[in-house]
Amino acid sequence: MTQMSKIDTKTLLQDVTAFIWAEGAMLDAKEYDAWLDLWTDDGLYIMPIGDGEDYANQVNLCYDNAKMRRDRIGRFHMGFSISSAPPAQTVRTLSRFRIEAQEGAEITVTCAEHVVEDKFGRQRVWAGNVRYVLQVTEGGFKLHSKIVRLLNSDGMLNSFSYLF
Amino acid sequence: MSLDMPKFSDLDALYDEKNAQVATQMYEDPELFAEEMERIFKKTWVFVAHESEFPDKGSFKLSTVGQEPVIVVRDRKGKLHCMVNRCRHRAATVCEVKQGKTSSFQCPYHGWGYGLDGSLRALPYPEQYGDDFDKAQHGLLKLRTESYQGMVFATFNDDIEPLVDFLGSEVCRYIDLFMKQGGGFPVKVLGEHQFTVPMNWKVQLENTTDAYHFPVVHKSFMQTLDGATEEMFDFLDKGKGWVEDLGNGHSVMMMIPELEDLDANLDAPIPERFTDLAQELRDEGYPDAQVRKIVRAVGGAGFNLNLFPNVSLSLAFFRVLTPVSVDRTDIRHMALGMDGGPAAANRARIRLHEHFQGPMGFGSPDDAEVWERIQRGVQGGDDLPILVNRGLVDEEPGVAGPRGHISAETGMRAAYQMWKRMMAQ
Ligand code: FES
Ligand SMILES: [Fe+2]
Repeated sequence: MTQMSKIDTKTLLQDVTAFIWAEGAMLDAKEYDAWLDLWTDDGLYIMPIGDGEDYANQVNLCYDNAKMRRDRIGRFHMGFSISSAPPAQTVRTLSRFRIEAQEGAEITVTCAEHVVEDKFGRQRVWAGNVRYVLQVTEGGFKLHSKIVRLLNSDGMLNSFSYLF
Repeated sequence: MSLDMPKFSDLDALYDEKNAQVATQMYEDPELFAEEMERIFKKTWVFVAHESEFPDKGSFKLSTVGQEPVIVVRDRKGKLHCMVNRCRHRAATVCEVKQGKTSSFQCPYHGWGYGLDGSLRALPYPEQYGDDFDKAQHGLLKLRTESYQGMVFATFNDDIEPLVDFLGSEVCRYIDLFMKQGGGFPVKVLGEHQFTVPMNWKVQLENTTDAYHFPVVHKSFMQTLDGATEEMFDFLDKGKGWVEDLGNGHSVMMMIPELEDLDANLDAPIPERFTDLAQELRDEGYPDAQVRKIVRAVGGAGFNLNLFPNVSLSLAFFRVLTPVSVDRTDIRHMALGMDGGPAAANRARIRLHEHFQGPMGFGSPDDAEVWERIQRGVQGGDDLPILVNRGLVDEEPGVAGPRGHISAETGMRAAYQMWKRMMAQ
């Protein structure tokens, strides 16, 4: 995209970081309807198990297209899911941002994510590597794919009542 | 610690068979837990893996038998072995890779080397052990290992009956039916979800034969299904299914009797949720009869087959429990597919698995929540019984044992009877 190439890398990194921080704040605040609006229609939200990258053909923790994302949020909202009524509270930090690629209207960004969850008076800590593909649109960035690979994703985890 | 101590002398008080009541301490007494590990998990057949996880010579996977870490491995001749992951010198684990392929196991501490069959092959500087050191006496500790329909079980008990006898003919018949979800191909493990839950292992043992909870705990899952599928999962209202005690602690929970035998009635219309998949398979050139068979298989079987003490063949996957401590249990949900089958069909099965199962599924997290609630609940009211008497009133004789309403706790009673039998020995 021509207008992209004019933007210097530092500004782009700032813009991307601000967008991802805003997304992280939405997830901590559980503003899920707003979060759904961040996505492109064909976007995929994936949490893989292990190192594999053939996500469509492997067992993942989640592999959410638009319908699965909507259903997942619906489940959180409707109050029938005991694990999300009430859900664990979370506080997350995202850091170590790197722009990996910039092609046309797509920007690939990687970063580190730490999430602390609290429920039943106990806290658990999770860490993961995140890989975003953002799409540049008239209205700002959109999430085209978000892949969160937890440390120990192929080990013993817990069940999650929130999003990474 | 032994059963001679007054505390466990009264097994009837721990499980009151007549009234079908379980004592609270069954979930929270660490000494009782230690005793269960000895008397049950060290004495019976325990599910450790599926043969498809060992495609080649040297393929291995770490597993557990009760609390004991084991390695399951295929040797050069194709035979499967299960052995304790502990060096015979000074006890270091010889393998910490979860799954992979190797030609031998070498201990990282002093370099003792073991073959794929567990035999001690070589050790550095053997002279200091003297001439009469017998390598044959220093192999990895082996467990008896037997398989049925690709399901691998191991036991520390050399005196136990053969696996097929422990399972019994009726269980084997249901395993055969379950494996029809290979759709004409061998069943293959495609991956697994793993999560740990703060609960006693018997809470899990009960749950795989508990249809009563389904419409309550899984309401939010049901609401994400299409109408016909939701109707299919509404097995409690329909009340056509049943639960049957199959002996030796095993039981079957038949939720969707139409899907007991996946080969029956293949001419029935293909459910709407699978029409796209069916078309995709036809486009790939699969003949209509095979398309019907594969698509039917993708949806999984209509029942849970619960095998005492640690695995359930649950609709479309294996649910495996590992007791960690009195109030912690690890759960594995092994996704199954068709070995050599169409990729589109396996993708469909994987997406169905992810939909319900595992840490981010629409079902498992709600299960995990209520199981943890039990462990929190038993902190209070020590003298109150846990009731597993549901459905006693209208239980009737089945093929192998009592058969109750689909929501009956017949399967739990079967498991607790076996528990009691083993704890008394
Ligand atoms: S502990 Fe294994 S070689 Fe010494
Ligand atoms: Fe459940």
